[in-house]
Amino acid sequence: MSAVEITNISKAFNLGSSNQVDALTDINLSIASGEFVSLIGPSGCGKSTLLRLIANLIEPTSGELVVNGKSAKQARLDQDYGMAFQQSGLFEWRTVEKNIELPLELKGWDKAKRQARATEMLELVKLSDFANHYPWQLSGGMQQRVAIARALAVHPSLLLMDEPFGALDEMTREHMQSELLSICRASGTTVVFVTHSIPEAVYLSNRVVVMSPRPGRVTEIVDVSIEGERNDATRDNSAFFKGITSVREALRGVEMSDHVRGIEDR
Amino acid sequence: MTTVMTTKKTSETARRIRRVVLFVVSLLFVAAAWELYKVVGPEAGGKIFGWKLLPRSNNNAMPHVWDMLMRYNRPELRGSDRKIWSVVLAGAWFSFRLALVGFAIGSALGLGLSILMARFKFAERGILPYLVLSQTVPLIALAPLVVSWGGKLSIAGWTWPRWMSAAVLGAFLAFFPVAVGALKGLTSAPSASLELMDSYAASWWQTLRKLRFPAAIPFIVPSLKLAASASVIGVVVAEISTGLKGGIGRLIIEYAREATGDPAKVFTAVFGAAALGLAMSGFVTLADMYMMRNRPKEASA
Repeated sequence: MSAVEITNISKAFNLGSSNQVDALTDINLSIASGEFVSLIGPSGCGKSTLLRLIANLIEPTSGELVVNGKSAKQARLDQDYGMAFQQSGLFEWRTVEKNIELPLELKGWDKAKRQARATEMLELVKLSDFANHYPWQLSGGMQQRVAIARALAVHPSLLLMDEPFGALDEMTREHMQSELLSICRASGTTVVFVTHSIPEAVYLSNRVVVMSPRPGRVTEIVDVSIEGERNDATRDNSAFFKGITSVREALRGVEMSDHVRGIEDR
Repeated sequence: MTTVMTTKKTSETARRIRRVVLFVVSLLFVAAAWELYKVVGPEAGGKIFGWKLLPRSNNNAMPHVWDMLMRYNRPELRGSDRKIWSVVLAGAWFSFRLALVGFAIGSALGLGLSILMARFKFAERGILPYLVLSQTVPLIALAPLVVSWGGKLSIAGWTWPRWMSAAVLGAFLAFFPVAVGALKGLTSAPSASLELMDSYAASWWQTLRKLRFPAAIPFIVPSLKLAASASVIGVVVAEISTGLKGGIGRLIIEYAREATGDPAKVFTAVFGAAALGLAMSGFVTLADMYMMRNRPKEASA
């Protein structure tokens, strides 16, 4: 069964008014269970909008969206997915542990069960020693790890991430990417990942969805075939570079169509 | 990390001590300025550019600081053995309790209104102008109305005590800053956090309890401080205009009548009222320190 099934989805903001914005037109995408898919493209291509549509934070103008075999709304109500944003969005008045427990509290879990799950999550993101710290006492990378732990706390089968490492420095970023991969491998989670970074998309993904703006659409889907388990050595792998080249070319095509079409034919 | 935390704690204690010292120094400074004016200021008042601006500096209008302080230790009335400090203290305590009741009613009402306004946009549009309007009604005009309405109230054998009118007038001044401050706070949660709660399919009440309300606390606390001093003003003015006996407001008006023969006397009650306001604010500050104990320092207002 596919985790996410997007059929002919369009989204327009300010529909019918003079400043109507066609954020997405006619998107078709099928994401298999356990797959890691990145959405990449220039600003305004609607990649975050697409993620929010899957999360049912906004409703599509037209088209059909199926998440985990049910409507996107039902999937949200059932908390079938976890979500992480560029800003960790931790609540500063809650300890790390209590932040992770938040979605469980909302689900009405009892205290013992919540604590057990929070402890498990803290081990997963290697922050057990920081359970009783407050977010402002942690570094940016650690805060983001807490946010990921919070997103995974309900053991969702689907993880939606909107540039979660965008605010981190390069070193922390690469480290977090490896950790995310190992977490997902361990739990078999499907991930939809929005990013600006080509190496990040290629390193993490099975498939990279390249999108273009005005109106937002999918221009190409690049398969990334890297043999074996991905780790830091992967970054020196020729398959990794090949992936980067394909995505870059696909993106260049996007820019071309916007500016000087056909410059490569000369 | 631990050492960092301890040094932070010590510097905080040092800062608090410094604040207390500064407060005492500023009091001394005010006292010195008062005495200085008595030396250089005109005995019978004076004019600046034809405007009668300079107050009279004689002992009747401006008693010496030490006279005012000494007055506390003398009897309230000639021949009585009750020292005035104990009368002022009892009056301040009486008014403090009324102000506390007014503060509690006002804060609860303000919070309730702010939640209503945060919940329904139309409620904000419909209610907020009236809240602003309500504060333009002079308290003195309102006081007799509240007393007469309250006097007619009788619910299941419970009759309206006279002091209740003063507390209600305190609440009338106290609810406004809380309603406005809390409304600002309740709508201050970042949209990303609201979206997060949405993604958890959290109900509006859950979002209020887990996100909006905690996020509003840095806004609510300063408004509670305003409400605390406003409730004192409301109670003192209400005591004066309704003739309620036993409180500090009543003492001020009584002692003011004796100002010609005993000018220091009224000041003992005025300082009592000021101390009362400070006590109310201090009470809120303590609550603030408790609620904000775990927040980053930048967020505390």
